[in-house]
Amino acid sequence: MYGWSGTILRVNLTTGAVSRQATDPKVAALFLGARGLGDKLYTDEVDPKVDPLSPENNIVFAPGPFSGTFAPSGGRYHVVTKGPLTGAIAGSNAGGSFGPELHYAGYDALIIEGKASNPVYLWIKDDQVEIRDASHLWGKWVPDTTDLVRTETDAEAKVACIGPAGEKQVLFAAIMNDMHRAAGRGGVGAVMGSKNLKAIAVVGTKSIKVVDTKSFEGAVLKGRKLLKEHPVGGAGLKAYGTDVLINILNESGALPTRNFRESYFATADKIGGESLSANVLVRPKGCFSCVISCGRVTRVTNPKYAGEGEGPEYEASWAYGADCGIDNLDAVTKSNMLCNEMGMDPISLGATIACAMDLYEAGIVTLKDSGGLDLSFGNPDTIVDLTRKIGLREGIGDQLALGSYRFASSHGHPEYSMTVKKQEMPAYDPRGVQGIGLEYATCNRGGCHVKGYTIAVEVLGSPTKLDPRVTKDKPFYVKLFQDLTAAIDASGGCIFGTFGMSGDNYAEMLTALTGITYSTDDYLKAGERIWNLERLFNLKAGFTAKDDTLPERMLKEPIKSGPAKGEVSHVPEMLPEYYKLRGWDAKGVPTKERLQQLQLA
Amino acid sequence: MAKVLMIHPDRCTGCNNCTLACEFRHEGQFRPTATRVHVFSWEREGFSVPMMCQQCDSASCMKVCPTGALHRAKGTTLVEYSRATCIGCRMCTIACPFGNAVYDSVTESILKCDTCGGDPACVQYCPSQALEFVDDNISTRSRKKVFASKFKTAFEGA
Repeated sequence: MYGWSGTILRVNLTTGAVSRQATDPKVAALFLGARGLGDKLYTDEVDPKVDPLSPENNIVFAPGPFSGTFAPSGGRYHVVTKGPLTGAIAGSNAGGSFGPELHYAGYDALIIEGKASNPVYLWIKDDQVEIRDASHLWGKWVPDTTDLVRTETDAEAKVACIGPAGEKQVLFAAIMNDMHRAAGRGGVGAVMGSKNLKAIAVVGTKSIKVVDTKSFEGAVLKGRKLLKEHPVGGAGLKAYGTDVLINILNESGALPTRNFRESYFATADKIGGESLSANVLVRPKGCFSCVISCGRVTRVTNPKYAGEGEGPEYEASWAYGADCGIDNLDAVTKSNMLCNEMGMDPISLGATIACAMDLYEAGIVTLKDSGGLDLSFGNPDTIVDLTRKIGLREGIGDQLALGSYRFASSHGHPEYSMTVKKQEMPAYDPRGVQGIGLEYATCNRGGCHVKGYTIAVEVLGSPTKLDPRVTKDKPFYVKLFQDLTAAIDASGGCIFGTFGMSGDNYAEMLTALTGITYSTDDYLKAGERIWNLERLFNLKAGFTAKDDTLPERMLKEPIKSGPAKGEVSHVPEMLPEYYKLRGWDAKGVPTKERLQQLQLA
Repeated sequence: MAKVLMIHPDRCTGCNNCTLACEFRHEGQFRPTATRVHVFSWEREGFSVPMMCQQCDSASCMKVCPTGALHRAKGTTLVEYSRATCIGCRMCTIACPFGNAVYDSVTESILKCDTCGGDPACVQYCPSQALEFVDDNISTRSRKKVFASKFKTAFEGA
């Protein structure tokens, strides 16, 4: 096959059985790879009612057709499983070299089933697959785990692993690869931990073939040019990282502050990308085949928060920063490094701390609950301390490790949790930016921005500028962005590629790579197919239209101050139009006609 | 004037576009072991260095090659490789102190940088100008100038 490697690897950790199956060309053509192929392989085999942390749950790792080629910023892989934080389908993807290496080893997907009786890691070298004892690695943090696995396998092996958070099943534990890249959201790391799977090491030496080399290179060069000429994709992200958004969102009045009590943070600049570049940036870093280089190699010299590593991204900087009322960049950077080292999602983690702080200031959570820790907003020591405690599930960290929804509910006040489907909303206030609220409410993996990043049009004006405060046309854009993102995810691409490239470019590259003709419409339709497949899984898992909503604070409490003062989210008004555009009935269930059009029925 | 492939590790982001471009230019596919340029990354420190043959004036690989498969045409700087005369003894891979001549078991040949015939793909595809194909007598000019600017700053401050 061209673009695809042609083989799917299956490892059953209960029995130790390793098997292979051919990649079905028809399935590959319809679902592409990565998120799409992963979704298909996963949902075909797993009962939607499964307990995410039971041996009956599977976890799929899948690179896309672009992964391992020089399609611009196209080296990602996707992890598909049922997420323990949400109970919905969880898809998290990451850049770095792990996905391409798995593809080079000859695999379009790796399906992990069952549960090992003791800690193990997988060592994949092309056709050779071994399940090895990992008892001596259990408890180790991500950098040490990565180094030790390399010492035992190959010095240049690509390693994806979990840290202590995944082992202890923190519900927002991440899977880390290349030490600093995270399949971050939804708790996919906890699923790995529940299977006693500590790490996967891969070396691949096979090739990814291209049908039409001339057209492929032409399409790639065209895409690279568009990215280079784009102010965000070409220069902005490399100079300042994603954290450049702090000041931009703050100025538009949509930077959620102190657990979304407010949406404007007076000292936001101290945690923004400009401050980051001036104070902690060592150099920009790119993922495999990336032309953007938004990655931040950072170092904190302040002895109190000293460390070196990567990040923070905008969302992490927001969660630990503005959302906790903290403007200390050193503490934010250190906390983010700890997340990488322990393997956790800094969005859910920071937002869970913000929720705890909110409950504390409201007098609901007391000093007795916190073990004597002052949880007032604004204390930088708290985020560093609690990050460690959560990763190790010590003290109050044990309860916070369940996420803000379960934590706030256990104190009788779930309304303090700023979550959708129990996953923490990220760094864009849905009252100030209407479209992103609809994305949060409808995203198949719960509160999430990246699966339908309307911020591009609503805030950044790329490719066109829409008024963030209005609801008009937003359902259309949310659906369009969700479908396009699903297709890009399924190709192995990075959504930042859309800061320059359009669906036309992706379809052109995929066509030249695979030899299957994809028009832009075909490409978007593949994305829509993937979106609906995920929706069907969630409906069978027990979700209903009632879950497609935002926390009450977003719907009923107007923004108190700043440029977006007085705004609330209008998700309930937008939802019917969104369902209609999706071809779903009033209850949010896909109609038979639409499923037939999408070849899902 | 001869050109040289200049490496600027300080600019490298570790993205591997150079290795991908190298594989693709030489084979029309992406095969990681086909690359003539390698990028080594230290993840803890976040540092990456691309490595490829620098076409040594006094090239060990040429000296040990018993058949002249590695050779230099008169008046040129490129160390050329002839698959037809290579006997696969791998002496060059041992002799090169930089590890920049590699034996590839798939093609049964030595892989080393051939500058893509004077238009290196790695340079074209590097998004960070960490690789440059420049006249050899000005290859270090940018680096020298960066350092010189420190003197400038120091004297301005004095």
